[in-house]
Amino acid sequence: MKELSLNILDITENSVKAGATLTEILIDETDNLLTIKIKDNGCGMNEETVKSVVDPFYTTRTTRKVGLGVPLIKLAAEQTGGKFSIESSVDEINHGTLITAEFVKGHIDFTPLGDIVSTITTLIQGHPDTDFKFVHNKNGAAVSLMTTEIRDVLGDVPLNTYDVIKWIEDYLFEQYNEIH
Amino acid sequence: MKSLAELQAIKDKMKDKVVLREGSGDIRVVVGMATCGIAAGARPVLNAFVEGVNAEGLSEKVSVSQTGCIGICQFEPVVEVFEAGKEKVTYVKMTAEKAKEVVEKHLKGGNVISEYTIAASKL
Repeated sequence: MKELSLNILDITENSVKAGATLTEILIDETDNLLTIKIKDNGCGMNEETVKSVVDPFYTTRTTRKVGLGVPLIKLAAEQTGGKFSIESSVDEINHGTLITAEFVKGHIDFTPLGDIVSTITTLIQGHPDTDFKFVHNKNGAAVSLMTTEIRDVLGDVPLNTYDVIKWIEDYLFEQYNEIH
Repeated sequence: MKSLAELQAIKDKMKDKVVLREGSGDIRVVVGMATCGIAAGARPVLNAFVEGVNAEGLSEKVSVSQTGCIGICQFEPVVEVFEAGKEKVTYVKMTAEKAKEVVEKHLKGGNVISEYTIAASKL
């Protein structure tokens, strides 16, 4: 992947496929570190599946729906000297998955975040009926978006309506301009 | 600054269109957005379709959606075009530029761009 935002898009697609009604994409950025958390309330995975999704060679056809996505983000984090973890629960009430990837920004193998706004709008365009929460904290300032707030205003107008997607794009760009 | 009030305006504007939308989606454009597609550049391709369909005023007729791995990862980004009564068209190794062309010539003009289809590439 050329940008971490593409890894985020890829991993979040797994959350949606796992039936998540809310997926949170949380980015915390300091001068040295960039931490990505993707937290969903999807069906979750059992212990065995969690182990298998981080290993590209362990993946079998029955778990193929997960594929290379997780190993790719894990590698991207670890090659910078960062960390990767995955927690998941199939508990009846508290089911879901949390993926945490920490990147050392100064490392020569650090992949830039890239066009994160495009990742967020692409996710909403493709999955207008599920909710996303996006927060990017950067040195104390934050960019954020909650699709639930947008949905409250829009009522039955779908979130993937062109004008809405453009509004979301502009809304995020404006926030980024403020914090840069 | 963008405000939620603007969303209200979008909602009001859409109200009149809701009835029209019922019959929409004569043509369905589906972009593969699994790991293979995303890594190969599906995100800008999808956005080019979304932009192009809107710019050409085709929103009532064409829907753009996403799917997982179609199974031909070496040809990603892959885009499938479904149209009632016609055979499915599979475009391969797409770019944002090619997507713009497909919107213009195929979705708007009705002519399949054969050279970009899987049939034209060596299997």
